[in-house]
Amino acid sequence: MADRRVMLCLAAVLGLVVAFWMLQGLPSGQARAFVLKLRAERLLGLLLVGISTGIATILFQTVAANRVLTPQIMGFDSLYMLMQTIMVATFGIAGFSALPTGVKFLGEVGVMVLLASILFGTLLGKGVRDIPRTILTGVILGVLFRSLNAFVGRVLDPNEYAVVQQASFASFSKIDASLLPVALALTAGGVVAALCLSSRLDVLGLGRDPAISLGLRHQREVLASLAIVALLVSVSTALVGPITFFGLIVAGLTHGLTRSPRHAALLPVSAMIAAVTLILGQLVFERVLGQAAFLSVVIEFAGGLFFLFLLIRGRIR
Amino acid sequence: MRLLPAAMLVLVGLACASLTIGAASISILEASRDPWAALILMQSRLPRTLAVILTGAALAVAGVVLQALVRNRFVGPETTGTAESATLGLLAVTIVFPASPLWAKMVAASVAAMLGTALFVAVIRRLPVREVMLVPIAGLVLSGVIGSVATFVGWQTDLLQYVNGWLLSGEFSGVLAGRYELLWVAAAAAGLAWFAADRFAILGLGDNVATGLGLSPASVMRLGLAVVAVVTAMVITTVGLIPFVGLVVPNIVARIMGDNLRASIPVVAVFGAVLLLACDLLGRLIRYPYEIPVGTILGVVGAAIFLWLLYRRPAHG
Amino acid sequence: MIRISDLSYRIGKATILRDISTELPKGALTALIGPNGAGKSTLLRLIGRLEPLQTGSVSLDGADLASTRTEDLALRMAVLGQQTAIASRLRLRELVGFGRWPHHRGRPCAKDSAIVDEALAGFALGDLADRFIDEISGGQAQRAYLAMTVAQDTDWLLLDEPLNNLDMAHARALMCRLAELVRGSGKSVVTVIHEVNYAAAWADHVVAMKDGRIVAQGTPHEVLTSETLSMLYDTPVTVGTHQDRPLILHHV
Repeated sequence: MADRRVMLCLAAVLGLVVAFWMLQGLPSGQARAFVLKLRAERLLGLLLVGISTGIATILFQTVAANRVLTPQIMGFDSLYMLMQTIMVATFGIAGFSALPTGVKFLGEVGVMVLLASILFGTLLGKGVRDIPRTILTGVILGVLFRSLNAFVGRVLDPNEYAVVQQASFASFSKIDASLLPVALALTAGGVVAALCLSSRLDVLGLGRDPAISLGLRHQREVLASLAIVALLVSVSTALVGPITFFGLIVAGLTHGLTRSPRHAALLPVSAMIAAVTLILGQLVFERVLGQAAFLSVVIEFAGGLFFLFLLIRGRIR
Repeated sequence: MRLLPAAMLVLVGLACASLTIGAASISILEASRDPWAALILMQSRLPRTLAVILTGAALAVAGVVLQALVRNRFVGPETTGTAESATLGLLAVTIVFPASPLWAKMVAASVAAMLGTALFVAVIRRLPVREVMLVPIAGLVLSGVIGSVATFVGWQTDLLQYVNGWLLSGEFSGVLAGRYELLWVAAAAAGLAWFAADRFAILGLGDNVATGLGLSPASVMRLGLAVVAVVTAMVITTVGLIPFVGLVVPNIVARIMGDNLRASIPVVAVFGAVLLLACDLLGRLIRYPYEIPVGTILGVVGAAIFLWLLYRRPAHG
Repeated sequence: MIRISDLSYRIGKATILRDISTELPKGALTALIGPNGAGKSTLLRLIGRLEPLQTGSVSLDGADLASTRTEDLALRMAVLGQQTAIASRLRLRELVGFGRWPHHRGRPCAKDSAIVDEALAGFALGDLADRFIDEISGGQAQRAYLAMTVAQDTDWLLLDEPLNNLDMAHARALMCRLAELVRGSGKSVVTVIHEVNYAAAWADHVVAMKDGRIVAQGTPHEVLTSETLSMLYDTPVTVGTHQDRPLILHHV
């Protein structure tokens, strides 16, 4: 099995990268334990973001029957920023900073998952099976949120605005360690659910008519997949902020590396590729270039270029 | 054909309202005697009203032209990367030749806008014809990519404030006599579109039809791209990004009177002016005497209209 | 036997099917014919639960469509709609392999791959088995979908215009194959057919539809007459006989 070999290779690479991340330039003595703990926390954060982004993108592309989309285009980013703005506007800078991070995190994830479920549920549940139209609705709602954000932003004073700006930039360095247990539980739930669906996702990828003919409850599976997507995207957005195009690179690499269309292979491969890319990128930027803040920007930029490349190459499907 | 006179009447009414409403309370009737009132009227109120009307009309016409060029109703100059490309062009000129005169900046913005729109057209020509909803999604993602490039470059060069001024919610509160006249260029480009209306209508039927009727599809396409690019670039540089006008107005007009562009372009222009002026007035009145940018108002109003259009009309383009 | 009672269907204000009640015989090849827009495809898609029922009911060998689990229906009937491109990049063998999914639900065994090979060979696709769907012609893809439907190994096969994209030889071969499935393996086939002579040559039972109603049904000899067809298509049609089967002439 070629897929198994790919997975083993990736697992080995991931192991190497993780080992390097943990052990490179480790100080001796008392600082050692402290540095190890710090690195382990950061590592877990990067792993969670990578895994959820990879799996969410593959799921979303299967449901949308399209390989140039990522779930983040559906307004998750602008909703996240709108929430930051509203929180700053409501509580002020001091209040915003004093918000208990766990509550804030759960609240953000909750609102995003709730709104996404309402959107998918009402649009697809009523028998609108036009998935591209649903996606377009999500994108337009994103524009709406952005406008509302600009509207609320008008009310803020420059200091508050700066705080919002700070919170709105994706950063892989600012992951809060205290959120990790909750984020781990949510991500694990989403990943397990996705893996359980994997055989049915293969059938879903055939399109609606063949899937129904093969006895799949098409609507239910689509809704379940989109719910998982919403959960995973929300967790990663609430952890590090909005990242839009990273998933696109991951999905592109995944389809390039695996030979088969089986989700049992695609899902783990995408998760591992995303994790390796993130950890490696963070290693290079943080410890070689010494400019950790740039990773998210560079990843977004590369993702955007990759999207253009996909479009121009004509690989729409 | 009573539609056009009726719409004109509404526009005149709104224009009169626009002349009387503002932070300073003056009476237009006394303008001939009161020099202070005359100054405000001639330097601020009249230019502003004219600017709004010109912008609305030109953007709506650019929208019609663009929709004919790409044969899809769900696109507008704001959702195809045109505006973001214009911003990128402006940014490039500002960085490379900071001292260049205004007209050089305008030319750069227009050329960049044209390149961006051409890229979009090239991309969507590769999409399967039946994927009506994919076209606007591709456009929105494309504009997101170009926009993020512009934001990144602006951030790196400390010009983010300019970029945001162009890309975030356009507004007319800064319009004074001497600072809006470029919009006449946009209006002239829209007039050119009316002159060539039949060509665009024929191109909208397909390249084969156009060739069969003795038109060169490529040259009509270039003309159309030039109109869209010039309009968008002028609007972006003078007042900022105005969303949804070019998207929803042509849709509404086409629902009422079909796609005979020679007959519909004047109506589209007037409707566009009415919509923008109404939103601008709304923005001036909601938090009087403070203003809400018309771009923000339109982001909300336009998104609502767009969603309505999305679900009202059957899925064919 | 498929029993259809009081079936109506509308999209918006347009009525597509009006009060259809009929029975489609088991162990026979049934052809649905009629002009464009008659509602043939909609009827087939409703029977195949590709569209939700609005009013009326359909039962398949006594099992009510609305109350039977869709997983169980997939073991009794296979539906082939008109093709749309698929997102996954699949090899032919993998596509046809999905026909076995209702049986193994993701865990294929040796028997499944034997049936897949058989289905591939049955549609002369053995040499193309390792090609990707987007690398083959439209007719070859159509045969691959048919092979997938046959690999599902159900009592009933519902096919929406299966002759699309097929050349004369492959169209004839397909009809032969369907007739063989009916006569040899005791399967039942319901298919929408545009070219009436294929129905005349191969069908056991013909259902003629127009404007959302059934206007005639019965054996080919009963339905495919000059009067019925001229009325059905609003075009003068002559019917002759060739090898004991009706032969419809409409070219002159």
